[in-house]
Amino acid sequence: MTTTTARTTTIFRRPRSETGFWSWITTVDHKKIGIMYGYTAFIFFVIGGVEALLLRIHLASAESTFLTAADYNGLFTTHAVTMIFLVVMPMSAAFMNYLLPLMIGARDVAFPRLNALSYWVFLFGGIFLYSGLIFSSVVPPLGVTPGVTGNLDPSDARSFFGLPDGGWFMYQPNAGPAFSPGRALDFAVLGLQILGIASLLSSVNFIVTFFNLRAKGMRLLRVPVFIWMTLVVAFLLLFSLPIIAIALFMVIFDRQFGTLFFDATAGGDPILWQHLFWLFGHPEVYILILPAMGIVSEIIPVFSRKPLFGYAAVVFAGAGIAFLGFGVWAHHMFASGISTVAQVGFGLTTVAIAIPTGVKIFNWMATLWLGRIRLATPMLFALGFLTMFTIGGLSGVTHAVVPSDWQQHDTYYIVAHFHYVLFGGSILGIFGGLYYWFPKFSGRMLDERLGKIHFWLWMLGFNMTFAPMHWLGLQGMIRRTWRYDPSLEFWNRIVSVGAFIIALGLLVFMWNFYRSKRRGPLAGMDPWDARTLEWSIPNPTPVFNFAEVPVVHGLDEFWHQKYGEDKDGRPVRKDDADSTLTRLQEIGTNPPNPVHLPSPSYFPILMAAGLPLIAYGIIFHLSLFGKALIVVGALLSLAALIGWGSEPLEEAHMEPAHA
Amino acid sequence: MAQNRLRRLFLLATLALVVAGCSVIGIPDSPLNSLDPQGPFSRRIDALFWPVFWVATAIFVLVEGAVVIAAIVFRDRPGRPEPRQIHGNNKLEILWTVIPALILASVAVPTVRGVIELTSCGVDAYPVEIIGHQWWFEYRYPEEGIDTATVLVIPAGREVCATMTSEDVLHNYWIPQLNGKRYLVPGQETLLRLQADEPGEYRGQCAEFCGLSHSLMRAEVRAVTEEEFTAWIAAQKEPAAEPAAGTPEAAGRDVFLNRCTQCHTIDPVNVVVEEAFNGPNLTHFMDRGWIAGGYLPYSRENLARWLSNPPDTKPGSYMPDLALTQVEIDALTAYLETLR
Repeated sequence: MTTTTARTTTIFRRPRSETGFWSWITTVDHKKIGIMYGYTAFIFFVIGGVEALLLRIHLASAESTFLTAADYNGLFTTHAVTMIFLVVMPMSAAFMNYLLPLMIGARDVAFPRLNALSYWVFLFGGIFLYSGLIFSSVVPPLGVTPGVTGNLDPSDARSFFGLPDGGWFMYQPNAGPAFSPGRALDFAVLGLQILGIASLLSSVNFIVTFFNLRAKGMRLLRVPVFIWMTLVVAFLLLFSLPIIAIALFMVIFDRQFGTLFFDATAGGDPILWQHLFWLFGHPEVYILILPAMGIVSEIIPVFSRKPLFGYAAVVFAGAGIAFLGFGVWAHHMFASGISTVAQVGFGLTTVAIAIPTGVKIFNWMATLWLGRIRLATPMLFALGFLTMFTIGGLSGVTHAVVPSDWQQHDTYYIVAHFHYVLFGGSILGIFGGLYYWFPKFSGRMLDERLGKIHFWLWMLGFNMTFAPMHWLGLQGMIRRTWRYDPSLEFWNRIVSVGAFIIALGLLVFMWNFYRSKRRGPLAGMDPWDARTLEWSIPNPTPVFNFAEVPVVHGLDEFWHQKYGEDKDGRPVRKDDADSTLTRLQEIGTNPPNPVHLPSPSYFPILMAAGLPLIAYGIIFHLSLFGKALIVVGALLSLAALIGWGSEPLEEAHMEPAHA
Repeated sequence: MAQNRLRRLFLLATLALVVAGCSVIGIPDSPLNSLDPQGPFSRRIDALFWPVFWVATAIFVLVEGAVVIAAIVFRDRPGRPEPRQIHGNNKLEILWTVIPALILASVAVPTVRGVIELTSCGVDAYPVEIIGHQWWFEYRYPEEGIDTATVLVIPAGREVCATMTSEDVLHNYWIPQLNGKRYLVPGQETLLRLQADEPGEYRGQCAEFCGLSHSLMRAEVRAVTEEEFTAWIAAQKEPAAEPAAGTPEAAGRDVFLNRCTQCHTIDPVNVVVEEAFNGPNLTHFMDRGWIAGGYLPYSRENLARWLSNPPDTKPGSYMPDLALTQVEIDALTAYLETLR
């Protein structure tokens, strides 16, 4: 702990605490930020899961009265918004934040304070979005706008819980002012706008980090696949978020200020919204899945004791998926009445995107082949990803066949498909990553037995939940349906039971996490005999990451520090491997030279705090209070920005944090 | 280890038993079963679906089989030598890029042909108009000047070309046994081809989320023989019968005149102005067999339930609770039952 007195360089005294509450509030350490992303996203995962369970209790019978129609519509909307924007994206961000510097041999990301700003903007955006539950009933519903015919009685329309009920896709004009006058939707729209800012800031940060902070010798084709996928996702975010930002602004203006961009009776176009939404929405799908693909690309080689088969092909396939991902958006609109040419064109691009996806799957399989496979929990999840994602990918091909999609569109077949991709893919990949990298941030191992119970409960529950949905959809059960034909009741009950088995599996994980974090066996430095740089430093990761910045000589640098190859190409542990590890552990614990780290700062959280104030102000903008909130929020963010600008990144005289 | 494997086998066996058990029980097909085509367009789609489905199934079996085999055969066991460090193989990469590309190209060709064939109507198709409302479908027969709702009557064996639009939000007209679905978009016209091989009733549903009672917005296509169709057209053109004075039916007509005419038309009793808010045309109410936008089959109990408080049956219904008395409901029912 340093004892030098802080020099006041700006309006605040520089924050000093390295542990406790204020250290988290003011941190600019990518690891702490990653951990905060992880915990926050996990809390939202539980919330989104409870929403799903409520939906499944309701759907256990065809004419259920468990939920009102408004609450049902509200819950499926928030379930989707939560799982996409508040769970899978920030969970991926947690891994990216924590691992990006570690896997490229850096001490932090390029812009540490910007990174903290990303997190706080994300957190406040999520809280703002959910605060609609409380505040949406305080605001009177939108008045009837001239030129539109909607005349819903708002008291009918409002969900009891105050949930937005326009669907996460917010198709216009149903989610417009005339047909959804309830204010909960405004909280969702503005909340998504704030969340988008968080992702945009991260993407810039990650791109700059990737290109500038790689350790010496880490050429582009020596970068671990997970980090490649981080870069690809960052570019996807950078190019797709501005589109949704504009679209959301148009919705906000439609709803609040009567612009009627999407109202056909006023010369607007409801289909325009669909184009804008899916121009973002489809790249978003790859934003959700590519990080998980990166994670399994790290796990499979380690537990097969082989390098990733076709490393370059896997990297380029990932980039290819992202590139093609911008050209397939209208396959969400095959039934919207778009022209024949558009349907043919987007049908063909959609078919084409299966090719790079297949390349990835085949390369993972080839990595397994002839390997020496340890079925530890991270590997089980990675194999779960591989098998379940394949099902989701193949069902995806069946609706690339445009006429088939006319039947399957908007049915449970689609619900089954994207849950195989997003749960069977993203979530299984993310949990594989959690089991794999848990020692990195806790210094301990998760319990293997509980991990395996978790895995098998999920495989059982997941398939019970989502496999029958294929059948239900082909039998004509539409999506977002509060009631359904009684002949579909049997399989719906199976699905509902499956959902609770998933919940049980999650409880096992939570218990495992809670217990192992305190009493799990110590991990040591390299518990999995891994291949990448993050394992060449002690666990839990020291605050400065690398005492000595590594020099990289090839792909899987850390593996090659431990293993040579015999004439058959089989790995042979080097004689000095153990002493190398001991030395790395030693310098990681007691760094020979002082390490200068960016200093903590109050300004990121202050700047982020201005954004929800502005958003509340927009919702209340008819009152003086609302107008005042906009001004206060804007001034707060501006003042924080000025304070930020006048504060140096590092205090010149600060001692290394560990000293 | 052995115990673990046993547990897994047990789980798999349970799952297999459950699946087998269910197929034995023989759950009836849903009336919206998209795998039961009853017309040329749905059959065309069905013929596209199955080959792709089986190709996908074959790939599924290969991939999953390979993963399971790898996990068993290459599993780490004591004494297993370290694996050779294979970094890749360009020939294989090309192979598993080109082969899937060829398979997908063979899927793409019939897809393109299917899209082109199915997106424009035949020149001789019988024209109808479908208009979406929250939460019911309106049908117009422009050649005959007929306006009806919920049940679309078409001649079996003849192509019907529906020109569709919406009065309010997006809707989606879907009769799975006759064709795929198509949106109804406010301010735009979309096309949907419908044709049934045989006379019969084909259920449908609005498939696009359209607000509170989306799930209750249902539809039906009733295909009839050419003779029946001609007769039906003639009957639809007839005005409603005038009830004799002093009968319960006449009392019901008075209730209708007092309470319902702002939204509902019964020719020749009244005509709702085009610009005003529109409910279904009730001139031939009893012809449909369905009420509440196709959610409830017609019965006196269901009609009483509906009339006594519509939003209670269909949340958000634009037809308000008119606080009708039982006497009014009985009279209305008697009158509505004359509207054949």
